[in-house]
Amino acid sequence: MDKKTPLYDRHVALKGKMVPFGGYIMPVQYDQGIIAEHMAVRTKAGLFDVSHMGEVIFEGPGALATLNHLLTNDYTSLAVGRVRYGVMCQEDGGCLDDLIVYRLGEEKYLVVVNAANHDKDVAHMRPNLLPDTTFTDISDETGLLALQGPESKAIITKLLEGGELPEKYYSSSQHVQLAGIDCLVSRTGYTGEFGYEIFCPADRAADLWDAILAAGADHGILPCGLGARDTLRLEAAMPLYGHEMDETVNPLETGLDFGVKMNKPDFIGKAGIEAHPITRERIGLKVTGRGIVREGEDLYAGGEKIGHTTSGTFCPYLKGAYAMALVTKGKVSVGDTVEADVRGRKVACEVVPLPFYKR
Amino acid sequence: MEFPKNLTYAKTHEWLKKDGDLVEIGLTDYAQDQLGDIVFVNLPEVGDEVTMGESFADVESVKAVSDIYSPVTGVVAEINEALLDAPETVNGAPYDAWFIKVKDVSEEEELLDADAYEALCKEGGEA
Repeated sequence: MDKKTPLYDRHVALKGKMVPFGGYIMPVQYDQGIIAEHMAVRTKAGLFDVSHMGEVIFEGPGALATLNHLLTNDYTSLAVGRVRYGVMCQEDGGCLDDLIVYRLGEEKYLVVVNAANHDKDVAHMRPNLLPDTTFTDISDETGLLALQGPESKAIITKLLEGGELPEKYYSSSQHVQLAGIDCLVSRTGYTGEFGYEIFCPADRAADLWDAILAAGADHGILPCGLGARDTLRLEAAMPLYGHEMDETVNPLETGLDFGVKMNKPDFIGKAGIEAHPITRERIGLKVTGRGIVREGEDLYAGGEKIGHTTSGTFCPYLKGAYAMALVTKGKVSVGDTVEADVRGRKVACEVVPLPFYKR
Repeated sequence: MEFPKNLTYAKTHEWLKKDGDLVEIGLTDYAQDQLGDIVFVNLPEVGDEVTMGESFADVESVKAVSDIYSPVTGVVAEINEALLDAPETVNGAPYDAWFIKVKDVSEEEELLDADAYEALCKEGGEA
């Protein structure tokens, strides 16, 4: 049985098309459609319910050591109020999940994980805690909204009653009072656009949703569903678990080296990553032929199969079809032409730099 | 959601309009609403044969690719080339956005009238 987020009734009232996703029933789009929602985020503002994401807390004198043991990134230098990406690997180096770590206090960290991986992640984290670490799963009592787009700051400022908004990208601020609700606000997102992610108590999420939509009405805000979330992240070439990475992909193959610190003394998966020669790489494709190249299509260069696409869709802001792919390393470079096999039809694509869109 | 009375409908969500000896085929309002924003339409060529129950075209929405099935067997007499450049017409005006006109129709599946088709969509729960 799929779970509902605290905003389920709002989605239905806004004519959201509800679909199962990651164990939840979520809106894929509202009545204006994916393209309008996507363009609202690029040019004005969009509001997403991302309460399906999982949130867990690591606390205590051992919390930092535990994170450095569980995750590929190094959190030793992460200051209170800052935010850092990471990957959680299994012993052989395959990716269990990618996640975001917030340092909330001297010995307190919030970790946000993908909804579909929540149960698997918790099952991996609990037995791997180092001493003096308390682990708490706060997913069910936490609401999470993403306000994204160039008008986000003007909108959120209207609701600000206390505390300070985070200024820097990948920083966060606790106890920000928005429309009478105590929130954790971060300058993060999954759209490639300026914006905020806002954590609040689950039982206040609907009030916060209403307040943001009302404050944003004059700014052209639209509620946005999973469809636009996917086209926006793909346009910005952000990896998505289950597509650009999974348990069969090691993070160095899929271009996540910035979040993998091989000079750390040890972490789960380090030996596996070291033992695994890097034979693949993630590339970007602009579809120059007709149609859309979606995920899982075989790619050919000069008649030789070099890999497969991991995500692909129509990118509304760039007004073209784009895809990401995992291919044999060194076979192609930017400017080369490759062919995707789309339902038996060969579709030409040009290898282009990542990201496709940058603000 | 519109279900014009002057059209007939296939259970696979195509509409048909008799135009002299030709049959015009398009995608229903219900279908375009289910598919979402359509960004590519791929059509057959004039002179191609279409077969009842088989795909003759496909449409790509942002979300997915979907086959369009022919409710008749015959020969493509005309294609609506305007859709190739303006696929969003299928969303905006589904009953003007015909895909093909078919001649020499030799076979036609059991079609629904507007009321029966509307009832079918309502059963789907989202019409």
